[in-house]
Amino acid sequence: MGRVEHHIILGEAPARKKVTVFVDGEPLEAYEGEMIAAALWASGRKTLRYTKKDNKPRGIYCGIGRCTDCVMIVDGVPNVRTCVTPVREGMVIRTQKGLGRWEEGGGSEND
Amino acid sequence: MKTTEIVVIGGGPAGLSAAIEGARLGAQVLVIDENSRPGGQLFKQIHKFFGSREHQAGVRGLEIGRKLLEQTAELGIEVWLNSEAVGVDRDKKVWVIKDGTESLEVKGERIILSTGAVENSLTFPGWTLPGVMGAGAAQTMVNIHRVRPGKRVLMVGSGNVGVIVSYQLMQAGAEVVAIIEAAPRLGGYGVHTAKVRRAGVPFYTSYTVKRALGRDKVEGAEIVALDDRWNPIPGTEKTLDVDTICVATGLTPLAELAWFIGCRFHYIPSLGGFVPDHNEFMETNVPGVYVAGDIAGVEEASTAMEEGRLAGIGAAASLGYLKPEALREEAKKVWDRLNSLRSGPFGEGRRKAKESILREEGSIYNARTL
Amino acid sequence: MPGHCEHPGVKLSGAPNREELKKSPGYPSQEFWSKGPLAFIECVEEIPCNPCETSCPQGAIAVGKPITNLPVLDAGKCLGCGVCIAACPGLAIYVKNYTYSETEATITFPFEYWPLPQQGQEVVLVNEMGEAVCRGEVLRVVDIPRNNRTPLITVKYPREFFEEVKSMQRL
Repeated sequence: MGRVEHHIILGEAPARKKVTVFVDGEPLEAYEGEMIAAALWASGRKTLRYTKKDNKPRGIYCGIGRCTDCVMIVDGVPNVRTCVTPVREGMVIRTQKGLGRWEEGGGSEND
Repeated sequence: MKTTEIVVIGGGPAGLSAAIEGARLGAQVLVIDENSRPGGQLFKQIHKFFGSREHQAGVRGLEIGRKLLEQTAELGIEVWLNSEAVGVDRDKKVWVIKDGTESLEVKGERIILSTGAVENSLTFPGWTLPGVMGAGAAQTMVNIHRVRPGKRVLMVGSGNVGVIVSYQLMQAGAEVVAIIEAAPRLGGYGVHTAKVRRAGVPFYTSYTVKRALGRDKVEGAEIVALDDRWNPIPGTEKTLDVDTICVATGLTPLAELAWFIGCRFHYIPSLGGFVPDHNEFMETNVPGVYVAGDIAGVEEASTAMEEGRLAGIGAAASLGYLKPEALREEAKKVWDRLNSLRSGPFGEGRRKAKESILREEGSIYNARTL
Repeated sequence: MPGHCEHPGVKLSGAPNREELKKSPGYPSQEFWSKGPLAFIECVEEIPCNPCETSCPQGAIAVGKPITNLPVLDAGKCLGCGVCIAACPGLAIYVKNYTYSETEATITFPFEYWPLPQQGQEVVLVNEMGEAVCRGEVLRVVDIPRNNRTPLITVKYPREFFEEVKSMQRL
């Protein structure tokens, strides 16, 4: 966890605009355009969701949007792959429990 | 329905190289990629590449990625990002979900499948805990997102991916506590293992991970020695103080679209599993459908780019943009570079494996009239 | 010396041992070590790679064809200029100078970790297994565009550890 401020090959961390997102109601500072999962891990938060059957914690596994380990509920939409979705100012992010439930209109009520 | 001449599915080193050759020769090319930026895995490869000057030796992967993007832009190649090709048929119609919002079909005269490969999993008790991840995931986190995945890492697998990512984790300020390898010998290049060894990282051969420790996340790892039949030896368990377990146990070609479209496959473990068969211009048994890069056998970025070039010039030639003699001449130069990359004790196995899948049928000129 | 040369070599412990190095034509033989600045190429496996050859201004490194050939160092021609150090993608080359002083030798090696040491700083030097061998003083840190982000560090250290020292412990 933690951000890489200095790197011999990549150079110093570039200056980036900060945004505030909300994670389970708590504000979190992130860099504009960075992936949700990266922002969460940088802050030390590793559990992103819990599985349906056994309520097991899951985090990042493939990191490139293929495995769905990292899905969370983002602005009311469940099953959002946070490792390939960038943050935006004011984004509302919630730990997903199980298969997710749409919060606004349409979509499945199954959980 | 949109139509174009060459549809390239997958904008990594193979796909971009194919698109650049096709466009350079005058074909109309569309590149479709599911990511928000093209370049595939190239931008994570912050180390210097091997080979010779013509293979861009000494250039870092991320610089090669930038050059490919520049050439793509200069040639005005159309690129759809955040777009997934979810199906193809034998008429070469591609079903695309564009930008997550639009569902449409694109028809190509030729299709180049350059969708790469996916990391293999290793299952062991605790493998789903946050903190267990693919080596590629850790590489993405440090080199693209500039976030350390953890402080103390166990790397499982000593192939080039395992040792290079271990090096890059240390460059990002993490500690690599150990690299374990189930086989009795290390897999990666000696220069990579030496670099990591002199940074103080121990290697354990004939060891595998028995389980991940921790309740909500990785808090440790138990490793165990293997006998000469790959069975764990009771009593040899060691516990390591780690918060991250990276799995570097190989890759498998992402060939779903090739299966859909009716390609014939060979099962070749040393290339990652099922690989589609193709001729010397990377054309599969489905006329007009080409493959290039890791989808055609897991190797490296340098070979992916060369195969991409072959597919690009092959497809463009079949559309009339290159005469047969010129095609042979250009293809021969690419093959010389490919054979050079596939030489020596590390490359020989791959070269022979690739030769075994080259179709007897030979040139596309048997398949159609120019 | 702890570790050095006694380990089972590159395919088991990760680093080449003395026997493997002696067999490699890029590792100069002992008779040349005291002539002045000299490159040591620790390349013991055949991989397709030849930037060392193309980078050497003296033509002291030969790979030829096929490019999997192990590099051959002509220790007589080598001036120890160090251009090859950053050219090697495997970071397998360093330059040593046995004649720096009556009691001290120097090593110039590639180091791609942050933070870099400062000139004058005392650092711990390590062998190929990453084990501490001795302390040394940083004479120079060079990070120039031609070396493409591979900083080169030059450290002086007690001459009796000439062979063992291969790099520096990370800070």
